[in-house]
Amino acid sequence: MLNRIADMGRYGVQVIESLGSATLLFANSLMWGGPGSAGFADLVRQIFSVGVRSLSIIAVAGFFVGMVLGLQGYTILVDFGSEAALGTLVSLTLLRELGPVVTALLFAGRAGSALTAEIGLMKATEQLSAMEMMGVDPLKRVITPRLWAGIISMPILALIFSTVGIWGGAFVAVDMLGIDDGAYWGNMQAAVEFYNDVAKGIFKSFVFGWVVTWIAVYQGYASIPTSEGIGKATTQTVVVSSLAVLGLDFVLTAVMFGGV
Amino acid sequence: MGKRTVEFSVGVFMVLGMIALVLMALRVSGLSMDDAADTYTVRARFDNLGGLNERAKVSMAGVTIGRVTKIYLDDKWYSAVVEMEINKSMSTLSKDTSAAILTAGLLGEKYVGLSVGAEEEYLKDGDWIEDTQSALVLEELIGRFLFSKAKE
Amino acid sequence: MATDQPYVSVRNLTFSRGDRLIYNNLSVDFPRGKVTAIMGPSGTGKTTLLRLIGGQLTPDSGTIVVDGQEIGKLRRQQLFELRKQKMGMLFQTGALFTDLSVFDNVAFPLRVHTSLPESVIRDLVLMKLEAVGLRGARDLNPAELSGGMARRVALARSIAMDPELIMYDEPFTGLDPISMGMIVKLIRGLNSALGLTSLLVSHDVEESCSIADYLCLVSGGRVIGFGTPEELLNEGSDEVRQFLRGDPDGPVPFHYPAPDYRQDILSGGR
Ligand SMILES: Nc1ncnc2c1ncn2[C@@H]1O[C@H](COP(=O)(O)OP(=O)(O)OP(=O)(O)O)[C@@H](O)[C@H]1O
Ligand SMILES: [Mg+2]
Repeated sequence: MLNRIADMGRYGVQVIESLGSATLLFANSLMWGGPGSAGFADLVRQIFSVGVRSLSIIAVAGFFVGMVLGLQGYTILVDFGSEAALGTLVSLTLLRELGPVVTALLFAGRAGSALTAEIGLMKATEQLSAMEMMGVDPLKRVITPRLWAGIISMPILALIFSTVGIWGGAFVAVDMLGIDDGAYWGNMQAAVEFYNDVAKGIFKSFVFGWVVTWIAVYQGYASIPTSEGIGKATTQTVVVSSLAVLGLDFVLTAVMFGGV
Repeated sequence: MGKRTVEFSVGVFMVLGMIALVLMALRVSGLSMDDAADTYTVRARFDNLGGLNERAKVSMAGVTIGRVTKIYLDDKWYSAVVEMEINKSMSTLSKDTSAAILTAGLLGEKYVGLSVGAEEEYLKDGDWIEDTQSALVLEELIGRFLFSKAKE
Repeated sequence: MATDQPYVSVRNLTFSRGDRLIYNNLSVDFPRGKVTAIMGPSGTGKTTLLRLIGGQLTPDSGTIVVDGQEIGKLRRQQLFELRKQKMGMLFQTGALFTDLSVFDNVAFPLRVHTSLPESVIRDLVLMKLEAVGLRGARDLNPAELSGGMARRVALARSIAMDPELIMYDEPFTGLDPISMGMIVKLIRGLNSALGLTSLLVSHDVEESCSIADYLCLVSGGRVIGFGTPEELLNEGSDEVRQFLRGDPDGPVPFHYPAPDYRQDILSGGR
């Protein structure tokens, strides 16, 4: 019993410790440099590997999610005779929730895990140490451009996800279910507000991008430099950042869309 | 992967983001540049809103011509006041226009429905709509029905 | 700074990894402008010593002074500045950047630290690559190099900035005799031409004796011998001579600390 309590205490201390060192890592890599501080070319290269490489999975997923929303929303709304509100349902669901959240989860699996593995491997092969010995701060060289790339890419990906999703919904609603084109778009336009729905959704995805990338680079940077350690860190990235995204989503929704 | 290809595809990525944003603004949220300036505000007093929300539609003959911007309780009369923005294009609403709180479908959202009056003078910014009809509240209807049945 | 002062001076250094005490009150000076070979049994902490000097590890106690600056007292930025201006290190594993070509690897420190035009950087990089005989391999990726080639590229990279102090962690392993001879000449040449201070970790007694001005023998967390190769070969203690001659029996243990062999075998378990 006493042992269990001691274990829990030790675990708690470990969690707080890693939170502290993650914060230090974040502060050290962002405070001393904006997006271009390690060279603009580096940032572009990272946006490529973090953002562009995630584009296809995001677009395909967005299209299917939008189509499913269209189908499911229709079967529910048609019972109340309000299938004209389908556009509203699809767009608000995507903009406020599914766009940012699903994109962040996919992003964690696709880009986050790759970031962790890459940085962990750089650590294991002493590339980070070599950089340090050359007088180059790996935080600035390696971590900063990746962090910024994640923060920049995520809102773009989420926007693309939602856009593709809304058009996917329109495809199902208008072309397959025969809902009036004007009703789908007209009701949507009447209900969706740029600031309240679109901008808040972008803000959400911005926060998620920041959190997922931060967790990913920290897990890589703090990983035990063996194949086992890197594997564990990669899993950890996906698990921790997914939970963080879902938890934060609740908080952000409560604060921004009220109701609590 | 050549350097040029990387730069080019990141450029394309950014452009796609912009396009998505523009689509969101114009096509999805129906934002138009001259939105705010083109409305005027009228007010109406209701005994019971029955679940009307801010941002609800204001329509006439089924066409949306504005939206509810503000709802508050008048603490002198203890009645609800609804402020709504009407598009400038609908500037010829007569003074005796009436407003009712209606429901879209059986269980749909509440909205404000306006019906035309007969007077020559038009509503101006800040005017009150005098002739109003509150929301139908299901409980009240049932209560009234039972009451009249009992009297028979 | 007087030129007769040691370039690196270690005082009362104590360092442990977990429960294992690696250095206990170690004091040693590495003279300026000379090649000093650090030798000792595998696992005594030679790599660790280089990392301590480079400031990548922090001693439990004691001080390390590099060219008049005490490593432990520097702030993060100052430490990076010192490494940039004065240090070069060849890692035991090479540690090439896997996402850059051979050329870009060698050019990396130049591009980061200087604002030289690309044409000058090209000349410098080709010069360094020529010195290690790999000018023709400039467009290869690190994954396409053999172990020995990778080490030579890493060597070219570590001398790219012309550091004052250069630490080689086992530069000779995995090299064929020709490359080895070339690298030996290169290290010697850098030293006499530019007056570099070199620390060289090596297991190769013969090469080390031929290349080094001084030998520094570490074992069991302390220095067991420091001097010119002749001094140590002729007048060193028993353990020093055992090590240099490579005898398995003697005061220097071949084994990692362990309980008695017979007992260990008989006790079962793990
Ligand atoms: N990251 C680490 N964590 C814990 N212990 C370590 C770590 N790295 C090295 N050690 C321990 O420190 C000791 C010294 O290691 P070091 O790498 O300095 O040896 P070395 O003298 O360079 O050996 P070799 O000649 O084989 O390269 C070893 O006993 C090793 O077990
Ligand atoms: Mg070693």
